[in-house]
Amino acid sequence: MKYETNDVEGVTVVALEGDVDLESSPVARRLLLDQIARNQRLVVDLSRVGYMDSSGVASLVEALQSARKRGCGFVIAATGDAVLRVIRLARLDRVFTLSATVQDGIAALRKG
Amino acid sequence: MASPHSSPRGKAIEVEHLETQYGSRKVLKNVSLAVDDGEIMVVMGGSGSGKSTLMRAILGLQRPTAGTIRVLGEDIAGLGTRKMAALRRRFGVAFQGGALFSSMTVGDNIMLPLREHSDLDERTMEIMARIKLEVVNLAGFENLMPSELSGGMLKRAAFARAIIMDPKILFCDEPSAGLDPVVSSTIDDLILRLREAMDMTVVVVTHDLDSAFKIADRITILDEGRILFVGTPDEVRAQKNQRIQDLLNRRPPEEALDPEAYLRRLTGESPSGEPVS
Repeated sequence: MKYETNDVEGVTVVALEGDVDLESSPVARRLLLDQIARNQRLVVDLSRVGYMDSSGVASLVEALQSARKRGCGFVIAATGDAVLRVIRLARLDRVFTLSATVQDGIAALRKG
Repeated sequence: MASPHSSPRGKAIEVEHLETQYGSRKVLKNVSLAVDDGEIMVVMGGSGSGKSTLMRAILGLQRPTAGTIRVLGEDIAGLGTRKMAALRRRFGVAFQGGALFSSMTVGDNIMLPLREHSDLDERTMEIMARIKLEVVNLAGFENLMPSELSGGMLKRAAFARAIIMDPKILFCDEPSAGLDPVVSSTIDDLILRLREAMDMTVVVVTHDLDSAFKIADRITILDEGRILFVGTPDEVRAQKNQRIQDLLNRRPPEEALDPEAYLRRLTGESPSGEPVS
């Protein structure tokens, strides 16, 4: 898994790329939690994630909870079908704020 | 019935000319079978037909006396201990009795494979276990002991453990055994949802006809260690074969009776007429 972090209009966009699985999800988890610890509003761009297993989804859940505790906005953007199916299986689409594109996610956080 | 998938797929499991035996008794006889990626294959047959033995052989728990078994592209006969363990990490197995450790909470049972096979943070593992409990409709049960669960709950907890590692292939041994029809139906729905969401290949061993017809893409019927038929549920229903019709109509097979042998069994005499001591 690769990742990239960019500041866009005062929002931190964390773009993950590749597979987020048992091997790589600890890196994604640490990355997200570190950004949230810096009180960053986050958009997690999943457009280049082909596969995410439950450990990746669990990392997103933990990051969301941490963001809420700190009052930081947290949006998951551009989720592919395969990842969305796993998220929906556990009804987490009702918990996460999902946006169709990164730009939509940034706009939602700037508005909120 | 589940919709048979239409696009061409690879093979998750390929069994060719498989033979197994217990002692001198042959159990599986020249069994050849392929299961596609993402397919739900139900293996049916009467008691002693060899269906559980077939599953054990595919899992690498029963050594064949002949034939080959390829799982996720690997010939399991040629795998060393480490490679076999790596392959098994891509399986999930929901055993008939649940097979949860009675001394551990439900949550610890579910996290056990993660603790053995990953270096994930404890918090991540806990969230994963709770996600799987949500999926099997056991939210909030992580701190209970297995003895505090009903039969249907135990089955679902066993499913949660079987899928904790997001397996490529899920094996289910008699998932509806001992459950009432309503609970059994929820297990069927769970299998269908898991396949849909996670694109798993699922192999179900059962003799529950309703369940088989509801979830199967294809059904394999075993009879006395041989494959009698492999086909879609509609193809199975249309079969005229007497053994298949007996199975569908829940009729025990007519046993071939040798009157002489039967009489000898009753009187305890040997074929020469001498009393058997």
